[in-house]
Amino acid sequence: MRQIPARLLLCALLIGCKSKEQSGGGTGGGQGTIVVGEVGSMTGTEATFGVSSDRAIQLASSELNAAGGIRGKQIQIIALDDEGKPEEAATAATRLIASEHVIALLGEVASTRSLFMAPKAQANKVPMVSPSSTNPKVTQVGDYIFRACFIDPFQGYVMAKFVHDNLKLSKAAILKDVRNDYSVGLAQNFTESFVRMGGKVVANESYSNGDVDFKAQLTNIRNAHPEVLYVPGYYTDVGLIARQAREAGITAPMAGGDGWDSEKLYEIGGAALEGSYFSNHYSVDDPSPRITEFVARFKKAYGGQLPDSLAAQAYDAAGMLFDAMKRATELTGPAIRDALAQTKGYKGVTGDITMDQNRNASKPAVVLKVGKGGKYEFQGRIAPEDTATGAPEGSPKKTEGNTAPNPAPGNVPTPTPMPELGATSPAAAAANTGQPQGVPSGEHPKK
Amino acid sequence: MTELLQHLVNGVSLGAIYALIALGYTMVYGVLKLINFAHGDVFMLGAMVGWYASARWTNEARDPSIAGALAVTLLAMVVCGTVGFVIERAAYRPLRGSPRINSLITAIGVSFFLEYGGQYLFGPNPRAFGVLPHRANFIGGGISVGYVDLVTIGTSIVLMALLQRIVFHTRMGTAMRAVSWNPSVAALMGVNIDLVISFTFVLGSSLAAVAGILYASKYPSVHPLMGLMPGLKAFVAAVLGGIGNVPGAMLGGLLLGLAEQLVSGYTSSSWRDAVAFSILILILLVKPSGLLGRTDAEKV
Repeated sequence: MRQIPARLLLCALLIGCKSKEQSGGGTGGGQGTIVVGEVGSMTGTEATFGVSSDRAIQLASSELNAAGGIRGKQIQIIALDDEGKPEEAATAATRLIASEHVIALLGEVASTRSLFMAPKAQANKVPMVSPSSTNPKVTQVGDYIFRACFIDPFQGYVMAKFVHDNLKLSKAAILKDVRNDYSVGLAQNFTESFVRMGGKVVANESYSNGDVDFKAQLTNIRNAHPEVLYVPGYYTDVGLIARQAREAGITAPMAGGDGWDSEKLYEIGGAALEGSYFSNHYSVDDPSPRITEFVARFKKAYGGQLPDSLAAQAYDAAGMLFDAMKRATELTGPAIRDALAQTKGYKGVTGDITMDQNRNASKPAVVLKVGKGGKYEFQGRIAPEDTATGAPEGSPKKTEGNTAPNPAPGNVPTPTPMPELGATSPAAAAANTGQPQGVPSGEHPKK
Repeated sequence: MTELLQHLVNGVSLGAIYALIALGYTMVYGVLKLINFAHGDVFMLGAMVGWYASARWTNEARDPSIAGALAVTLLAMVVCGTVGFVIERAAYRPLRGSPRINSLITAIGVSFFLEYGGQYLFGPNPRAFGVLPHRANFIGGGISVGYVDLVTIGTSIVLMALLQRIVFHTRMGTAMRAVSWNPSVAALMGVNIDLVISFTFVLGSSLAAVAGILYASKYPSVHPLMGLMPGLKAFVAAVLGGIGNVPGAMLGGLLLGLAEQLVSGYTSSSWRDAVAFSILILILLVKPSGLLGRTDAEKV
């Protein structure tokens, strides 16, 4: 008998929590709002990835809401932090689906974590759009998983092509993060493309995310005398690698992928990175009007901060999802999935996005050079292999001012001036209800 | 051949850092028979204070000078010494009479407190560190030696000699050895145990601060969990050399650094940590007292 009041109390508490959570979330098909979930690494060694993406998604949704939302309903974004841990990403996805009843998921940035989230989304028939997970495996999880970016083979191909055709170098060394699917994927595809083009990989070394000493690997690499060092890792590791590579006496330029894109890169690596190249999804220096406009609105919303490429992609992922929601026959998971799969020529800030049959975005990549003082210099655009017939579009010389970024004629994805971005109105830019994240605090991903 | 030499040079410079951290570990153990797991986190605090002193409060990081570096290091030593004193006073002293396992668990608790308190206080993001004036590497005969590495090796040797001197040639050192031998008898002889133990902690923690500054100069990325791995590795080094033995810590650190570099140089970096911890298991199985440790019978 004694235990009953305690149990009742516990039940009451549980019910209380449950109803509170639901009132905060609402149901996907409900009355007032449409709830979309977001999972990102707001804290941890890749915190800038999550925070940038979150800002862009908040910006996209507030613009959409100011322009009237979708079918008269407002979009509500519920963002959860996964601290950069794959298991946490899976938990966050489950929580968003089960207790917040989200209609769609945005995230994760990193492939490793997207791969943990995707099975949850697939099993519950909740469409998931990853802004920037470039590993091919992500969308192979199932037909509800999409991405707003190109895949690893393409980034590896882009850098191989750039090194071979533009820099005219033929001996490459690779230093990859073996514990990261992204890094392994880029390295593998770089190797395949580079060898096919006639280049040679003279050293293939690896490290594990979180390592701080790379001297042993770099010593082996130095002794192989490469002309370029391909390091498709994330910024914290790359910064340290760059310094130690120079200390070890390696003078060859370094090259990498979009994991380099963070202001922390140069802060840690410093002058050792100057003269290195990386492939990316977009460049703030790209003179195309769509980009300049997006940059202006992002800066206005976040106190002058420049959007990095993750922000641009997250903005496109959100825009693409909202666009599909508008076109969907009804606001259910399967209907939105079908609409997403039919996306064709969506005018994103990072280029025209078309979904291929594997739910991967097909669009061009840019190559940037780390210049003096850490400034990124736009080197050119490289189009997908099957559409581009010849040389990369951009010449290796620096494009400046308002010069068109695509001097080579006849290449496919030429950005045309667009007054509107996707389906949202630029006038909505002023309305910023997003929650700018300050210096993120919380747990650290490594243990 | 140059490859092997370069791996050896890299190993010695990595080992010197492990040795520097291990010195603090081994000293506290020598006196208290307590494995102070929070040592790696005090090391982190040292680097963090160094970051604040050089990049936040002053412009030292942008225009480094030797005098500035010394001042920053001194400040970090004072702060860490104070923290070490407080940790001992607040967390370990109340448990001094209780079974050793209690202190050990508390040490782990203190370690977590510093790590996650650090995340709360400083934020989890890595920060770039720069205190020592930048100097070109010395490259000769295909072998490159870092400036920071030379400073680290020099510092560890000097500090080891200094510690050895303190322990064997000062009154405080005599008292430390007396406490280490038998605290209650030492107290009966008029040794102020509290003072000796506090002194040990302050000394060990300020050594951790020096190690933190040098480590962060070598690997310029400072964050609240940076002390975790180096702390564990230094523990392995201390055990390898013979925990409680000052030259042993130095030897253990150097051997561990060499082993790690050779493993990642000739096999794969994935094996490196596995090898480091296998060394710990092996030494505990074969010679638990460590390479330079003396085997004395357990006092009952």
